[in-house]
Amino acid sequence: MRLARVTVFAGHFGSGKTSLAVAYALWAKQQKDRVILCDLDIVNPYFRMANAVEDLKGAGIRLVTSRFANTNVEAPAIPAEALALFDDTDITGIIDLGGDDRGALALGRYAGLLRSGDAYEMLLVINQFRPLTRSFSDLYEIKNEIETASKVGFTGIVNNSNLAAETTLQDVIATAGFATEASKKLALPLKMTALDKRLIQSEEAKEKALLALDELFPIALYKN
Amino acid sequence: MASKVLMKGNEAIAEGALLAGCRHYFGYPITPQSEIAAYMAKRMPKLKGTFLQAESEVAAINMVIGASAAGVRAMTSSSSPGFALKSEGLSYLAGCDLPAVVVNIQRGGPGLGGIQPSQADYYHATKSAGHGDFHMLVLAPNSVQEMLDYAFDAFDLADKYRITVALLADGTLGQMMEPVDTTTKVQGPPVVKPWALTGTEEKRKPNLISSLYLMPEELEATVFERYERYKVIEEKEPRYEGYLTDDADIVVVAYGATSRIAQNAIDIMRKEGVKVGLLRLITLWPFPKKPLYDLAQKASSFVAAELSMGQMADDVELAIRCQKPVLKCYRTGGVIITPEELLQKIREAASIQTS
Repeated sequence: MRLARVTVFAGHFGSGKTSLAVAYALWAKQQKDRVILCDLDIVNPYFRMANAVEDLKGAGIRLVTSRFANTNVEAPAIPAEALALFDDTDITGIIDLGGDDRGALALGRYAGLLRSGDAYEMLLVINQFRPLTRSFSDLYEIKNEIETASKVGFTGIVNNSNLAAETTLQDVIATAGFATEASKKLALPLKMTALDKRLIQSEEAKEKALLALDELFPIALYKN
Repeated sequence: MASKVLMKGNEAIAEGALLAGCRHYFGYPITPQSEIAAYMAKRMPKLKGTFLQAESEVAAINMVIGASAAGVRAMTSSSSPGFALKSEGLSYLAGCDLPAVVVNIQRGGPGLGGIQPSQADYYHATKSAGHGDFHMLVLAPNSVQEMLDYAFDAFDLADKYRITVALLADGTLGQMMEPVDTTTKVQGPPVVKPWALTGTEEKRKPNLISSLYLMPEELEATVFERYERYKVIEEKEPRYEGYLTDDADIVVVAYGATSRIAQNAIDIMRKEGVKVGLLRLITLWPFPKKPLYDLAQKASSFVAAELSMGQMADDVELAIRCQKPVLKCYRTGGVIITPEELLQKIREAASIQTS
């Protein structure tokens, strides 16, 4: 998997963008010295990457987030520090956007910088088990809404289909066809299939997953 | 593919309402329940229903009154400070004997409080939702699946008794995600509402829906009549779940998210050989008095666990007629009880009974 200079995770509310962005940053840090993970969520005051602050700091990743995340203050504030991502092109940046078009709005302020700079990647995160993104027309609608709000075009999709702690390997494998078809219908390459690490602990499961799922990206999707 | 979907508690409430045939939702955004409105906004137009973001919480509840008077299933939702604003409308709904479903996804209070989970609107929901003599039927789910199931049930109960049914949950349940089976509930035949304001077509006398009575005796008579209906509800509708209560010396009483924490604590204590069980409340009004009274004949003590300053504990003491000690285990203001805190309280209860 190619690591772009800036990767943006966007998609439907609750599709797993934050978990993915955190895992992706940890993966990126294994290849690059200077990695910034930037939280641009202006929609959801809970479940922010501030939850993973210990893991991220321990790995040496610079975290840019609103100091109001996970507090009682609901201010849709974006830290000025986010510009560091664009000022210093030596940095590898990962951006976590808020859900839907409302969340994507925050990216609009950086759209020009994103498009004029080095190649970026903006990934549409999909979870077939989420109730409002089960059809291709729903996905198409969300894709267009996010692109209009953010003024940035998607470059790929991520299949992050899961049922949280109750996910089985078979559940994820059953979504492979949907992801392939979505990739065709939206004319966006499937960049990765996220899979919780714990589902492929045995050699047999690993083999099965590799055979059935394209661009496998094993991550720690959720905490117990 | 399996019928399970991954939903937030708030989304599950919205979906449960839609499954019950609710096509009129009026709301005003407030954390931690805004996903209900967001979900309705997406789904209602596709179902040719009405999603309306009102200018205020007060306006939204009054729109529910209007829609319900016209005979359709209607819902509003809010969170603690926003829900309190609906008090006047809740009283008018009761005064008009209109069925309605209202949702309160509680956050820390009083005042503006905070956006973290709480159960401190217990008194408000069960005892004083508005002025005057009246009750709401209050359901307390404890999983995302139940958010869907009880939202669905709420509409049937509301129509059956011409009462307001409140779904009382905390921010944890509103925000958490769990797999949900959306095929558990199937809508029954449409409910006939001869009292509704649907137009006479000059074939019947006009209906009148009002909470104004010119003579005090007339008002008293309607309140008496309403309380006869409440008696039936108190007899038929209490819902609860016992967990390891058969041989329990100590009974933990809890509802909502707290009941899940309690279950974990009880499992740990059982391994230590302590005979402790859980009575989980599902309806908060009618309060499940009888099962608690019966348990008080065998158990030595009770532990009331809640995210409020002993509000529910009062009802436990009343239900058991103060026959046994009721220890209070609580956190408030958006702080959640840890299993360890509850373990400590259960140990305390165990020491009373052995000393």
